[in-house]
Amino acid sequence: MSDEEMMEGGVQKKFCYVNRTAPYGTVYALEALEVVLIGAAFEQDVSVIFMDDGVFQLAKGQDTAGIGMKNFSPTYRALEMYDVEKLYVSKESLEARGLSEDDLLVDVEVKTAAEIRDLMEEQDVLLTF
Amino acid sequence: MKFTIQVNEGPYTHQASDTAYNFATAALAAGHEIYRVFFYHDGVNNATRLTTPPQDDRNVINRWSELAAKHSLDLVVCVAAAQRRGIADADEARRNGKNADNIAPGFRISGLGQLIEGGIQADRLVVFGD
Amino acid sequence: MLHTVNKSPFQKNTFESCIKHAAKGSAVLLIEDGVYAALKDTSVSADVQQAMGDITFYALEPDVNARGLKGKVMDGVNLVDYAGFVDLTVKFDRVQSWL
Repeated sequence: MSDEEMMEGGVQKKFCYVNRTAPYGTVYALEALEVVLIGAAFEQDVSVIFMDDGVFQLAKGQDTAGIGMKNFSPTYRALEMYDVEKLYVSKESLEARGLSEDDLLVDVEVKTAAEIRDLMEEQDVLLTF
Repeated sequence: MKFTIQVNEGPYTHQASDTAYNFATAALAAGHEIYRVFFYHDGVNNATRLTTPPQDDRNVINRWSELAAKHSLDLVVCVAAAQRRGIADADEARRNGKNADNIAPGFRISGLGQLIEGGIQADRLVVFGD
Repeated sequence: MLHTVNKSPFQKNTFESCIKHAAKGSAVLLIEDGVYAALKDTSVSADVQQAMGDITFYALEPDVNARGLKGKVMDGVNLVDYAGFVDLTVKFDRVQSWL
């Protein structure tokens, strides 16, 4: 089956992207986002989880001029346009890092570890970056 | 079962490629099918044919090429990640104005869609990384 | 679900995060540097012991042996080879790799 045929319909699986790393120090946050965007075309049931240092990916006010790297944080706001709306953030990870929902640049659902655990158990495919 | 394997790290620096290779070999020995091996992030560096590792140690790249040849495996290197890191086949080199290509036998360059499709088509997707 | 952990618990919080998010009835397979979590008498051994109530632990024996840990693994951690790793991925419906 070609990518096009796959995109047109048929199998729908629950895809979960698990983000655990901070932005800029490594490439994983950026390249994970690229997978989410490309994957959005395949009409699967997508959830994105931010936990551990992954919560830092959503921090407001990222100014990368001084480090000479592209600020890709606005892209998280575009996810909604790609019908990727299930964004979950770990409550414990936020608290451990002194963050609240107000510090984040998109609307998210804050979930406890137990809720994230249950959410993960419902998924078909889990991708880690 | 059908497996899709994702390899996120390059050869030697991390054990990911080794573990993925050993897993793939064991899966094939048990009679399972490897639908696709998808190389992402620095994993694309598993596809350069220009390595010369020490003679007394495993040759990570050649091992993948040989496994692919023996079992007709689909080894896919993400085009965006490859462009960032300088892994190119003849077409990519020409398209991007490079004077050389370096891809190893058995690997092909394609889009991220191939990873998603691998997740859809396979029964299990296993990720090896850092 | 099958969880794999490939980081030493003394280096990163990967193992800790995995345990916090593993449901009762899950399996955790320690691979690569993750096998250090299976060592007897360490600062994380109590956590592993406690988690064993809900989770079945495995360690990839080739990685245990490579690191000179043969005979030093906690009771209750099952050693498997790569064939056993494959079997675990077949037995459980999904795999989450904790990196």
